[in-house]
Amino acid sequence: MPQEYRLILKHADQPGYTPDLACYVRHGGYDALKKALATPGRELPDGKKQSPQEVLRDDVLKSGLRGRGGAGFSAGLKWSFVDRRGGKPIYLICNADESEPGTFKDRQILYKDPHQLIEGMVISCWANDVKLAYIYIRGEMAKGAKLLNQALAEARAKGFLGKNILGTGYDLEIHIHRGAGSYICGEETGLIESLEGKRPYPRIKPPYFPAVLGLYLAPTIVNNVETLCHVKHVVLMGGVEYAKLGTPNNTGTRIVSLSGDVQQPGYFEVEVGKVTLGEIIFDRNFGGGLRPGRSLKAVIPGGSSSKVLKAGEKFKLRRKGADGQMSAVEVDLLDLPYDFDSLQQAGTMSGSGAVIVLDDTRSMVETLDNVAEFYAHESCGQCTPCREGALWMSKALHRMTTGDGRREDAEYLRQIAQNIQGRTICAFGEAAAWPVLSFVKKFNDEFVARGAADEAARASTPATAAPVVRVAHP
Amino acid sequence: MSNAATTAPAPAAPPPVEKIRIRVDGREIDVPKTLPDWQGKPQATTMLQACHLAGCEVPHYCYHPKLPVAGNCRMCLVEFGTPVMDPATRKPVLNEDGSPKIARSVLPYEPQTPRGAIACATPISPGMELYPGSPATKQMREAVLESLLINHPLDCPICDQAGECKLQEYSVQHGQAGSRFVEAKVHKPKAVDLGPRIVLDDERCILCTRCIRFTKDIAGDDALGIVNSGSYNTIATFPGRPFDNNYTLNTVDLCPVGALTSKDFRFKMRVWFLRETRSVCTSCGSGCNITIGSREDTVHRYEPRENDAVNSSWMCDSGRLNYRWIGRPDRLQNVLVNGIKSTWKAALTEIGSRLTAAPAGSVALVASARQTCEELYLLKRLATRLGAVTDSVPREGEGDRLLVAEDRNPNSNGARLTGICYTEMGLQLPRIADGIRSGAIRTLVVFGEDVTLHGIGPDLLAKLETLVVSDILPNATTAAAHYVLPGCAHAEKRGTFVNVKGRLQRFLKAVEPKGDGRPEAEFLQELAAGLGVGGGHATIEGLFNQMAKDVPAFAGVEWAHLGDTGVNVPI
Repeated sequence: MPQEYRLILKHADQPGYTPDLACYVRHGGYDALKKALATPGRELPDGKKQSPQEVLRDDVLKSGLRGRGGAGFSAGLKWSFVDRRGGKPIYLICNADESEPGTFKDRQILYKDPHQLIEGMVISCWANDVKLAYIYIRGEMAKGAKLLNQALAEARAKGFLGKNILGTGYDLEIHIHRGAGSYICGEETGLIESLEGKRPYPRIKPPYFPAVLGLYLAPTIVNNVETLCHVKHVVLMGGVEYAKLGTPNNTGTRIVSLSGDVQQPGYFEVEVGKVTLGEIIFDRNFGGGLRPGRSLKAVIPGGSSSKVLKAGEKFKLRRKGADGQMSAVEVDLLDLPYDFDSLQQAGTMSGSGAVIVLDDTRSMVETLDNVAEFYAHESCGQCTPCREGALWMSKALHRMTTGDGRREDAEYLRQIAQNIQGRTICAFGEAAAWPVLSFVKKFNDEFVARGAADEAARASTPATAAPVVRVAHP
Repeated sequence: MSNAATTAPAPAAPPPVEKIRIRVDGREIDVPKTLPDWQGKPQATTMLQACHLAGCEVPHYCYHPKLPVAGNCRMCLVEFGTPVMDPATRKPVLNEDGSPKIARSVLPYEPQTPRGAIACATPISPGMELYPGSPATKQMREAVLESLLINHPLDCPICDQAGECKLQEYSVQHGQAGSRFVEAKVHKPKAVDLGPRIVLDDERCILCTRCIRFTKDIAGDDALGIVNSGSYNTIATFPGRPFDNNYTLNTVDLCPVGALTSKDFRFKMRVWFLRETRSVCTSCGSGCNITIGSREDTVHRYEPRENDAVNSSWMCDSGRLNYRWIGRPDRLQNVLVNGIKSTWKAALTEIGSRLTAAPAGSVALVASARQTCEELYLLKRLATRLGAVTDSVPREGEGDRLLVAEDRNPNSNGARLTGICYTEMGLQLPRIADGIRSGAIRTLVVFGEDVTLHGIGPDLLAKLETLVVSDILPNATTAAAHYVLPGCAHAEKRGTFVNVKGRLQRFLKAVEPKGDGRPEAEFLQELAAGLGVGGGHATIEGLFNQMAKDVPAFAGVEWAHLGDTGVNVPI
């Protein structure tokens, strides 16, 4: 029977566990930092010398740790892109702007175990020669910001932070920056702009890759809360040992936020790839199944921007056999291992680890209307396709859910969405387009039927109704 | 006067620019590896610049060569391909025919359809292929235009930008004929009073942020920004703080659509009726290059004209709006002899004989540094012939860090170089006043100045035997004149000015002179001919070339060399 594997959330929910430093230290807190700071340099077989920091960065690369924010990019690789020769200070930013609908994992860490994040950050900063770091926390998490500030003060008082950390001569300061409540601030370059006091307009890449031209146009690392916490465990376990958790190329654990039509919504920390989507939804250690009498209709597997998966869908996954040969294996939706690569091969993504379950009582048109409204509301409006397209789709869907649908609206929506994806400054374009594209493609019949029903209803009513009634967006 | 410019060693030849070979729509072309960016610093050549060099214009809204790149309009998306590299050898993979294999850029996910890059910000690399004419590129442009138009009010018939609107132009070139948009449009504020000179229509705005970037990065005034979010984004100023610096009207020029309009110009004239004349602003010594927009004989607007040696692409609001005097109803229109309407021939003959009769030393001449070099040159010749003392009137104000010069005369250096005045202008004015007072000076010739404001009051003017005045607007000096010769505004004639930095620039004629007014150079030539000192040039070209031979600073320059942007002369 699949079990949770609690690494990050090992202590968080234990009775009596409090977010203060004393409790954290009692549970072995800051041991990883001590270990990291004591890391010796080494000489490689080829004669090259590695500094202690390089050793640690190498370890993170070997751990296979992938970003837990959404894109699943290798954390070690991200660190390796940092421009360390330019002479500019290097900044590290913790992205705590958790706002992807369906996601509530970072919040658990921030509220219940803030020192774990701080320890992960101090280690990461030390490994990257960072002297100044920021935690950009979602504006709505007011209490989280307060807790973090308390935790930072405690850490500073005990010498885990500030000048001359643990007597090593290493100085680091961490500041909390509260966002003002915009989804786009979670996009790393939008976050950087916001942190600089500007409108959170994502930057164009090239030339503004954060690793080279980030905060204040200096090299900058932006990592998710959960990712930074994992760094602590990579240090404690060693990169090679850590990589044994989870599955190859999908190492470690991750926290899944489960919501929607399940009996036990909540967050579960699992080894990546060791648990299937079906187990997350149906196993009594996790979602506990659907409500009585309901059947599964669809799953949004990685936050609301990921492409929806339809119940009964089959996917061809590339799998390495025992003989080392790659072969295609057909897998049902429910048997899809919950990891980065499998979901990508299934045409979607594990994103922020938020699984949203829809049962047969859900209207896909209404669900998509809800999702599209979110993206129309959150589009920053910087670039044309997303600014205009996101609201356009939302208006069309709102029209469909208020009795003014048309048979051709499915195709209409598909074409609008296609003109957004891949043409925007940041990945928000995809985030807005993918739900629409996938819903309309996989549930085309439902959309067409809804439009047809509206057309029929209009045809049978007196001629006062225009063929298309213009509906103002709410 | 310094000859620094002529004696300085020739600058070392610039190092040869490395070229990159790329293909644009199948055509091979070598383009420089770097080109100047908006600040003139060499930067990696962009796809947009490369396409331009290949003779293929990429449509764009937010990109402007003189502003930092924003990359937000997405109109310049261009499909492209890059050479496939063998990961092991790092050498290009070749097709069967030996040509390098090109990987067209596609979406990194299903359905892997072509993916464009914004040409304004994407650097080119060796072997790159750009497809600005491909079906995929065209589809991307169409889609962006569609997005820009769905919430646009489409009020072209009453829009001031109509006729010079990029939405209109690109719709014709790249758009779709029909619209499939059936939703309600977003409504935003209309006719927003942004500042004393600017009105904003937020519904027409395409949020390209050119105005924001200009105001912040060029004018140095962080006054504009965006409020709200998504499709409801709106350009705004800080609450209660009007958009008011001396460069606000440049945002109207920069605005590719009809969102920002000039209070001075809006609803005055359809732009397609405007005749465009290349000219120079006369409000200060910077000599910003302008285009005069006129219809029939009325000037309707000034717009800056690009000249990197002078004003880049900008001009100040005060200079731009300083044109109404040209059409003032009280313009001098008649030749007057002792206050009675006369003819040019009669007046010039009389003036000629009076000047001929005047003993040497009894004549003084005050010319204006608002006059053209040609006019000043002719006046100097006359003065030399008459043994007259000459000077001009300094005019100073506060300068700024961008374009406005402290010297408010457009041609102070022209007056200096032609010998009308010394480097310090106005030194002779008290001497002339004393001369009149003592009776030594009995004849005064004044061009374009009201000397009563500069120490030669009406009481002194009354003592003169002969007062010849040429001007374009009435003043106390013209009122006292025995002879009034109506001249021309710069917009009514051709000529040259030398700006504060020694840029010799020509301007052309936009409108006809008022009444009997004539270009000063024309009647001065007749007067000079009568006195036996030249004349005979039927055209400004001939006169200019004659002047260039006689004035050392202009040596070797011909009218034809001046072009639209002028030449540097030593000052």
